[in-house]
Amino acid sequence: MLMNFETSVSPHVRARDDVQSIMWWVVFSLLFPIAAATWFFGFKALLLVVFTTVAAVLAEAAFQRIVGKPITIRDGSAAVTGILLALVLPPTLPLWMAGIGAVAAVVLVKGLFGGLGFNIFNPALAARAILLASWPVAMTTWTSPIDSLTTASPLFLAKMHQAVPDYLSLFMGSRAGSLGETSVLAILIGAGILYGKKIIDWPAPTAFIGSVALLTAILGQDPLFHVLSGGLLLGAFFMATDYVTAPVTTKGRFIFGLGCGVITVLIRLYGGFPEGVNYSILIMNMLTPVIDTYVRPRLFGGVKKHG
Amino acid sequence: MKTFPRGIHVGHKKEATQSLPICRAALPKRVVLPLQQNLGVPAEAIVKVGDVVAEGQKIADSAKFISAPIHAPIAGKVTRIEKLPTAAGVPVQSIVIEATEDAPAASPAGDRRFWKDLDRDAIRKAVREAGIVGLGGATFPAHVKLSPPSEKKIDVVIINGCECEPYLTVDHRLMLERPGDILSGAGAIARAVGADRIILGIENNKPDAIRTLSAEAKKSTIPGVEVISLKTKYPQGGEKMLIKAILGREVPSGGLPMDVGVVVHNVGTAVAIAEALESGKPLIERVVTVTGSGVRNPKNLLIRIGTSFAEVIEQCGGLTEDAAKIIMGGPMTGTAVSSLDVPVVKATSSILVLAKRDVGDFAEGSCIRCGRCIRACPVGLMPNYLADFTKIKNWERVEEYRVADCIECGCCTYGCPARIFLVQYFKVAKRELQLRKAVC
Repeated sequence: MLMNFETSVSPHVRARDDVQSIMWWVVFSLLFPIAAATWFFGFKALLLVVFTTVAAVLAEAAFQRIVGKPITIRDGSAAVTGILLALVLPPTLPLWMAGIGAVAAVVLVKGLFGGLGFNIFNPALAARAILLASWPVAMTTWTSPIDSLTTASPLFLAKMHQAVPDYLSLFMGSRAGSLGETSVLAILIGAGILYGKKIIDWPAPTAFIGSVALLTAILGQDPLFHVLSGGLLLGAFFMATDYVTAPVTTKGRFIFGLGCGVITVLIRLYGGFPEGVNYSILIMNMLTPVIDTYVRPRLFGGVKKHG
Repeated sequence: MKTFPRGIHVGHKKEATQSLPICRAALPKRVVLPLQQNLGVPAEAIVKVGDVVAEGQKIADSAKFISAPIHAPIAGKVTRIEKLPTAAGVPVQSIVIEATEDAPAASPAGDRRFWKDLDRDAIRKAVREAGIVGLGGATFPAHVKLSPPSEKKIDVVIINGCECEPYLTVDHRLMLERPGDILSGAGAIARAVGADRIILGIENNKPDAIRTLSAEAKKSTIPGVEVISLKTKYPQGGEKMLIKAILGREVPSGGLPMDVGVVVHNVGTAVAIAEALESGKPLIERVVTVTGSGVRNPKNLLIRIGTSFAEVIEQCGGLTEDAAKIIMGGPMTGTAVSSLDVPVVKATSSILVLAKRDVGDFAEGSCIRCGRCIRACPVGLMPNYLADFTKIKNWERVEEYRVADCIECGCCTYGCPARIFLVQYFKVAKRELQLRKAVC
């Protein structure tokens, strides 16, 4: 009884949260936008979410099997990618296209870069960009949640100087758009849960949303409309806070959010697309390593900032 | 409420022993005394096998300045001097003393002295001769800290009563039971370093200790004593964090507390210093918290150095059926010990026994770059990148990302959701950098 007790390096106690629990909390928080999407766009929206999620998880398992890596689908990250992808797709997108997007997200954008933690781009957003380039019409065909007729997105209407939905329908979600971006209320509930669980922090979303509001106001636009429409809030709370593809420091995350906001406004007001959230985040994803290199925490007892 | 930036909140888990008065353990029949018991040069044996020694007799010493002598905790006969297992894992040259029937009585106690009658050199000499080292766990020879070079002006002595490691209650109990000795020791330290302020820093999860020491300070004749309540956070008991929390001063990177005019000693060290000065008592015993879900009757025990862990555990009702892990020290920085056949040493602040259910089985995953390690690091390091650079052996980057400043508190590792053994990488990296420097 004197010998052979377990040994390990210190510390011998750990916090409760692990990667898996974090991922499943993200899945849980996304149930609110999923519910809103189902409410506004019907059963086909829910079907799309389930389809991309299953496709993403299966694709990850198959890829890991083929390349001989341990299968890690239980960590929940592929499920998160699948759900987020569905949430940035139009509700009428054919399932097979969505499936290709899901495979592209977990294999092309994540797996080939080394898997969880090593991808440069947000998998769901990079996959959306791939789909947009491949099937531009299907990817920009929006339907009205009220009569299911094809209609234009609020940002497109604004770009064409036409009448846009009122604030209340933008907030509640009864407007055209991607599955998960229309209901601001559902996004805020989901984000509130993640913030409460300390899974996401404030710098990136605050800088992102704040800079869009400020810049659009300066440029003579309606800032509230710009904040509530398009994918800004979904992107700010669920994509710009993606651990893997955003900077690691608080200051770095703030800069990341600022960059996203500026690029979003530039694309929305002066670019060829009505919406710029997707590309703004992908562009800032590319700058993440640079931000991490130069924006470091202040060293205790250091004379001045280094780097 | 004062504290330092960043750090973490850990469950205190001190309930089992915080209200248990310190009690004296049974005198051991056999003690094992590793010659390396200070964070410096090991002592050398000055007795040989067969010698009969008195309690308190010096049995090992060193001519080097950064070292501390070792004394016989019990009277008896030296039976072996050889390499024996220690809690640190590696066998260390050790002196074994076994009690004998005809052992001599305790060596005559020194004269009773009051520290106020001693000058700084006499205090330093007495502290060195008593073999006192930092009892918070770091075991840095106490007299070295009392001897700052003359160009370093020390104005504040901080007495560390944070005890921020979970489970540990030895300092807490000392503050409740020995407030007078803590202040005497603090006074002696202040005299030795020429400081005119003494600050006791205590975390606010020990309000009774704050009250007791405040009352003691009020009636004390020692001038310039303050008791400061600190917002409980780990690792507040780290010297640099404590100085920052109390005084707002930052020990420069690579520097020592004396560079900002401060000397920090643990409350246990202060008590030992008071005892050494007042009765010439060497450091032959220390208070140890024996606790955790794997031990039947948790206790705060005053134990002779050299007593085996097995004997200590036995006096605490033995292990539970499901005891799985033995840790010397606290759960954040302590060392897991595979065997109970190792001795209590000057560094043993605690023997923590965890039952199977409290022992996590952590498999290292990939970093998801959540940044929790960065927001936890009290030094301002980027543990995620440091671990990456260590893994790929990019020593240049490891150095540039300041691994040398890591205080090995374990905050980064505690919160890491990918369960990466971050602090272990840094220990390895530091050693590697030192070796490379030595070679160059």
